[in-house]
Amino acid sequence: MSTLVIAEHHNGAIKAPTLVAVAAAQAIGGDIDILVAGADCADAAAAAARIGGVTRVRVADNAVYAHGLAENIADLVVAIGTDYSHIVAVSTTSGKNFMPRVAALLDVAQISDISLVISADTFERPIYAGNAIATVQSSDAIKVLTVRGTAYDAASAEGGSATIENLDIVKDAGLSTWVKDEIAKMDRPELTAASIIVSGGRGMQSAENFKLLESVADKLGAAIGASRAAVDAGFAPNDMQVGQTGKLVAPDLYIAVGISGAIQHLAGMKDSKVIVAINKDADAPIFQVADYGLVADLFKAVPEFDVLL
Amino acid sequence: MAIDQKTIKRQNTRSQYFRQHLPSEGYQTLSPFSSDQQRNFMKVLVTAKRVVDYNVSIRVLSDNSGVDLNNVKMSVNPFDEIAIEEAVRLKEAGKATEVIVVSVGASNCQEQIRTCLALGADRGILVETTEDMQPLAIAKCLKAIVDKEQPGLIITGKQAIDGDNSQTGQMLAALAGLPQATFASNIELTDDSATVTREIDGGLETITVKLPAVVTTDLRLNEPRYASLPNIMKAKKKPIDVMTPADLGVDVTPRVKTLKVTPPAARKAGIIVESVEQLVDKLKNEAKVIA
Repeated sequence: MSTLVIAEHHNGAIKAPTLVAVAAAQAIGGDIDILVAGADCADAAAAAARIGGVTRVRVADNAVYAHGLAENIADLVVAIGTDYSHIVAVSTTSGKNFMPRVAALLDVAQISDISLVISADTFERPIYAGNAIATVQSSDAIKVLTVRGTAYDAASAEGGSATIENLDIVKDAGLSTWVKDEIAKMDRPELTAASIIVSGGRGMQSAENFKLLESVADKLGAAIGASRAAVDAGFAPNDMQVGQTGKLVAPDLYIAVGISGAIQHLAGMKDSKVIVAINKDADAPIFQVADYGLVADLFKAVPEFDVLL
Repeated sequence: MAIDQKTIKRQNTRSQYFRQHLPSEGYQTLSPFSSDQQRNFMKVLVTAKRVVDYNVSIRVLSDNSGVDLNNVKMSVNPFDEIAIEEAVRLKEAGKATEVIVVSVGASNCQEQIRTCLALGADRGILVETTEDMQPLAIAKCLKAIVDKEQPGLIITGKQAIDGDNSQTGQMLAALAGLPQATFASNIELTDDSATVTREIDGGLETITVKLPAVVTTDLRLNEPRYASLPNIMKAKKKPIDVMTPADLGVDVTPRVKTLKVTPPAARKAGIIVESVEQLVDKLKNEAKVIA
C-alpha cells in the first residue's frame, strides 16, 4: 500500500494545506510519495523532501505544468498514479479542479472532502453542507481522495529526508491556456491558514463597513472572512467567502460579526475551536454554535472591541 | 433586410445540420456573417440535478441509512440553475441556438427538467434510473449524451448541494477528452474558444479553453431569473426524451458504498456575555485565544 500526495506549492514553498493531505496519508498508512509539478519547482521539491514521513518526492519540472492546468496535471498524475493504492490531494480549488479528472481517467470514483480516515478503504465525509456525515467505503483498486483542509493537524514540514526523483513526463493536452491571475494582495494571513478569523455578514450593511473589521483583524493578526450573504450583497469579494460553497476553515478563534448563521455558513466554520458571535438579533442561529455570544449592535460593539484589544 | 433574415434562417438550418463537423475556416468563406453569428449554430448542454431545496433543514434517518427525503421540497441544484441561466443568456445573445437540459435520476427528475424548460431551455433529456447515481456514473451518462448531441459548450453546476462532491463536470470533461473551466464567474465566447474567469483560492484566474469545453458555474456567474407563468405553460409543451443508462451503454454500478449516515457532532452550548469588556476578558483569560 502506498499513497501519492499531490503537493501545492508557491514560490519554492509547499503550501500549508498540503501538510494536511500528508497527515491524511499517514492515517491511511504505507509509503508516502509526493508529486511536485510545476515550472522551476526545484526549491519546492527540496521543501517537500523535508516533510516528515515522506519516502520519495517525484518532480515534474516543466513549463506545461506552470499554472496547474487541470488537463495537464491530471494526465501527469494518471501517468504515475497506477503505482499507488491511494492518490490524495487537499480539497482546495486546485485539488477540486484536477482530481475528479484523475479519477475519471483511471475509471475510479473520487471521494471528496474526507474529514476522517477510518481505514484504507473507508472514510468519513460531510454531506448536505455538513448537516450529515456519511461513512463511505470504496471498492475501487485506486482510491482517489480529496481531504478537507481542516481534517487533520498538519504533518511536520521539517525533519524528513525523502529522496528526490525527476520525472521526465511532459503532458501537454493543448486544450487550455492560462491567461492571467488576479490574486488579491493581502498583508493578512490566508483564510485557510489563519489562526484567527474575523468574519462579516449581511449585518455589515456595506463594503465600506468591512473596514471596521480590518482594524480588529490587524490587531489580532487575523484573516477576514465573509458570509455568502455578504458576498452576494457585494460587501466582500468571493474569495473571502466562508461556507459550504466557499472556504472551509477551522481557526483557533472565529469571530462572526453580523452573521445570522445560515446552515451553509456554519458548514464552513463550525469546526473552529472557539466561536464568538456578535449580532443584534438574539434569535440568530449563530448563537447556537457560539462559545461566546454578544447580543449587541455591531456598529457599537466592534469599535469598542477594537479599542479594548 | 428581409432577404438577410431569410438568409440567416437558411444558414441556421444548414448550420444545425453540419454543426461542429464543418471546419470553421472553410465555413467562414461561405458565410457573410461575423464571427458572433458563426456561433449561432452552437448547442449548449446543461445539467439539472434534483436535490433537496437549499432552504430545507435535512434530517438524518434514525436507522442511519441516509437522509429523510420523504415529503421534502425538491429543487434544481442552485449551481445548475446558474448554468441554465448562463446558457439561456447565451441563446438570447444569439451565441447559442439550442439549450438542452439533462437530468440523471428517477422519473420525478422530470419536474426539475420542466423547471429548466420554463427558465428557457428548449428541450430535456432524462436518463432514468433508480440506481444510487454517483458522479462517475452520471459523468458517463452525460458523456454518452455529449457524443450524441455534440454540443459546443457544456455548463454544469460546480457542485450539487446534497452530496457536495464537485466532481461531475470535471469527470465529464475527462471522459469526453474536453478541456474544463471550473468555478466560473465569467464566460466570454469567441469563435472557437471560451475565455473563462475562475474563482480560485485567493482571487481569480483567467484561462482560455478550446470549444467544445465543460464549464462549471460558481455563484457570481449570474443571478438566475424566475420562471414566468406564460413560460411555465409553454414549458409543458417542450419535449423531454427519456432513456436509460443501458440505452446509453453505461454501467452505473456504484463504486462507493455508504455504510451509514449520522448527524454531525453537536457543539456544546456556549454562553451569552453581557458586554464587550466581558467578551475580551473571556477570550483572554478563559479561552486564552487572544493575548
